Amino acid sequence: MQVPASASAVDTYLADTQMVDTPGPVSPGTGLPTKRSTPYWLLLPGMAWLAIFFVIPLVSLFSTSLQSPVSDNPDDGFYFNWDFANYSEALSRYGEQFLRSFVYAGIATFLALAIAYPLAYFIAFKGGRWKALLLVLIVAPFFASFLIRTYAWKTILADQGFVVEILNALSLLPQDRILNTPLAVITGITYNFLPFMILPLYAALDKIDPRLAEAGADLYATPFTTFRKVIWPLSLPGVVAGTLLTFIPAAGDYINAKLLGSTNDRMIGSVIDSQFIIVRDYPIASALSFLLMAAILALVFIYVRRAGTEDLL
Amino acid sequence: MATSQIDPALLEAPPAAESGLQRGLRWIRENSLAIYSGLALIYMFLPVAIVVLFSFNSPAGRQNTQWNEFSLDAWRNICKDPTICQSVGVSVTIALVATLVGTILGTMIAFALVRHRFRGRSSTNLLIFLPMATPEVVLGSALLALFLNMYWGDWQMPLGPWTILIAHIMFVISFVVVTVKARLSGLDPRLEQAAMDLYADERATFRYVTLPLVAPGILGAALLAFSLSFDDFIITNFNSGSTVTFPMYIWGAAQRGIPPQVNVIASIMFFGALGIVIIGQILSARRKRTRT
Repeated sequence: MQVPASASAVDTYLADTQMVDTPGPVSPGTGLPTKRSTPYWLLLPGMAWLAIFFVIPLVSLFSTSLQSPVSDNPDDGFYFNWDFANYSEALSRYGEQFLRSFVYAGIATFLALAIAYPLAYFIAFKGGRWKALLLVLIVAPFFASFLIRTYAWKTILADQGFVVEILNALSLLPQDRILNTPLAVITGITYNFLPFMILPLYAALDKIDPRLAEAGADLYATPFTTFRKVIWPLSLPGVVAGTLLTFIPAAGDYINAKLLGSTNDRMIGSVIDSQFIIVRDYPIASALSFLLMAAILALVFIYVRRAGTEDLL
Repeated sequence: MATSQIDPALLEAPPAAESGLQRGLRWIRENSLAIYSGLALIYMFLPVAIVVLFSFNSPAGRQNTQWNEFSLDAWRNICKDPTICQSVGVSVTIALVATLVGTILGTMIAFALVRHRFRGRSSTNLLIFLPMATPEVVLGSALLALFLNMYWGDWQMPLGPWTILIAHIMFVISFVVVTVKARLSGLDPRLEQAAMDLYADERATFRYVTLPLVAPGILGAALLAFSLSFDDFIITNFNSGSTVTFPMYIWGAAQRGIPPQVNVIASIMFFGALGIVIIGQILSARRKRTRT
């Protein structure tokens, strides 16, 4: 992405795409003559790690979610008896937090898209030789600790802070404050997962040949029509990937709710955390955890179907 | 008669000079995308600016959320509270080991996926994708469920640095695979074929052609893995037992007030990472220039 200062953005772009797009007739597997077993040896340690510490834990989680306590004292342990009632109980007790998590995550994902798309568009098409630097600037803030950055929002959104004073002067705040309201939680979530939105968007937009937009203009399309009919559809894979990568961690997050929100803003992650670590009602906690994953996977599949891009990887 | 009604002066008049306001509005309209992007960047940098600024604060009370007065105390005595520096040490050690193991395992998988055809490819892809599509609470709680079920008579899997390490390696692998894969699939395989044509054997080709070309991707993946591991709170919180990592320390301190030393460490992390990335960019730009 770094280029001699003299090259224009378009030239760079063309050079880049040509470098990537002309590997010739060679397809994966034909680069080096190797033994048939080689890929399996390469895969073995990593995949074994994932099987033992990702797949088996999920099975273990599912099995725990179907257990019942031996007695009223949770320290006595649990036994497995296909107790599906855990699921209905988890839902009836914490349905509200579930719903809230998905609503907050949905709003934050939409806001992140609205913030990230123009920025990614600007870097991809107008970035020129500053592209690499701009990308570094995008990622840099996220090297300072996640918790500390979230905590910093407490200062920015404080009741006597300038943000609240300006918005209050314009009488835009219904509650006269931001901290400890859903607005603060959504601001924090939007902020914290922005790079997950920007980077896939940039990757998709950067692949688009700028001459396509010029062609649209040559054919008397207004800039808006060109965007709607050419750029936006071509950037859809990035939009789908970005919204998913933002929505998934956002729905499970509870740091923002806990640091910036009030006790009325508790999200489902917070319930799972306290049920596991403090209350130690493992079956209910596992059922909640499993429900969260199932709900997210279901949403992801519906969404990917509707967006029509199944090859995310 | 009708034509005489058109004032000829109007036709010849130069376009009325724009007022300052009009010129300003026009400038905003023409640069709206750049202005919007600038505002978005400010939104992204505002919290970091606050973090750095408040590392120079001497807070009036316990909470370091309101500006009181300038002070270099926190920078002079980073380890005033030894538990902060201990927790940073724990985090760095875990992150280094997790990065090393995760990068090696992930890079091997990436090579298998890009350079080889084999049965079970799509299920491998799925197994790589799923940990990234699973919320951290689920990953953390599932691992805890496993560790809780790992007992033998009176022996119970102890929660601590080892369980944190296992968890971090697990969630770092997928990110390494995706990063290295991107670099590897952008590589021209004909370079390797050329090396083989010049009688380099498989090992020499890998050592002198493939590895140097993929190295930036692997390095990027390692950086990403390190920062993911160093910064992780949610998964760690489930599996740490009584071990205190840096994020765990911050979380515990958040209730009673985070000391400005924490801001100092976050600032050092931020500028350190920024420095590494910018030096990397300059080096690769220079290498590119000498090559052409």
